[in-house]
Amino acid sequence: MSRFTVEVRVTPRPGLLDPEGKAVQHALGSLGYEGVVSTRVGKLIVVEMEADGEKEARARAEEMCRKLLANPVTQDFRIRVSAQAEGVDER
Amino acid sequence: MKIAVITFPGSNCDHDCYRALKLLDGVTPEFRWHRDTSLGDVAAVILPGGFSYGDYLRAGAIARFSPIMDAVVEFAEAGGPVVGICNGFQVLCEAGLLPGALVRNESLRFQSHPVHIRVETTRTPFTSEYEEGQVLRIPIAHGEGNYHAEPEVLAELEGTDRIVFRYSTADGKLTPEANPNGSAHHIAGIVNEHRNVLGMMPHPERAVEELLGPTDGRGLFQSLRNHLTAGATT
Repeated sequence: MSRFTVEVRVTPRPGLLDPEGKAVQHALGSLGYEGVVSTRVGKLIVVEMEADGEKEARARAEEMCRKLLANPVTQDFRIRVSAQAEGVDER
Repeated sequence: MKIAVITFPGSNCDHDCYRALKLLDGVTPEFRWHRDTSLGDVAAVILPGGFSYGDYLRAGAIARFSPIMDAVVEFAEAGGPVVGICNGFQVLCEAGLLPGALVRNESLRFQSHPVHIRVETTRTPFTSEYEEGQVLRIPIAHGEGNYHAEPEVLAELEGTDRIVFRYSTADGKLTPEANPNGSAHHIAGIVNEHRNVLGMMPHPERAVEELLGPTDGRGLFQSLRNHLTAGATT
């Protein structure tokens, strides 16, 4: 077993109205930032997990996304898996 | 007969639903806690409004995995009538008992005020006491009530008479101003394919007492009671 850090990035699906993103874009505009074409707001979920390998960690994360972490009707997800260094200092 | 009202941590309309059911002759409302695993001997189930689990992750996403929800899904799949109001609607969508999803209001604002909704179909156990085209005045209170679904799903809902309520003006017109949250096709409530599961964003349980304003919500609970009574005698 090794330990992995799994980052799940959940974003509103393209084409879906994202009022939060729109509000942020508007605020950036009011601050004088020009050229901001689009702003979308999503979520970053960081899961630390024990797994036999990177492949297993990814497969489990995908299952978690389909079941709970993302709603396929409105959201897309992307998963990044990285192995934690051996002998992690757990103090 | 007994009707269950499910309380999740963060539900805040469970007592209002209980009260609305209590006004019906022959109905005994009973609370069920989210950790219960059985509904017991009930004839219908109400999932009330509120902010179950603080709306963490997405509204309804965590409540959908509450222990009681397995029993609710089983009950619904066996044809038992289930009503999800506001957060309850969000839970039903997350649970896959109803299609689509409820996303952030287009206005970005939490909307808490009475609205008009037009009854689109009386062919449900929940709307038989109303008339088609009748306009009801019922409060809404939500930040995420913007109904969203794929175009094929919307076409299916339209084609199979499954849109139960639409936001409208007082005289039943579907103007953009009458849509308080940006919902597709002005959708305020839908039923599933078998017509026994209803999800709606407006709060009929908040419109049953003359002292507090309009009583247009009563018809929904009366329809349900009549449906259950008719079923019991035949």
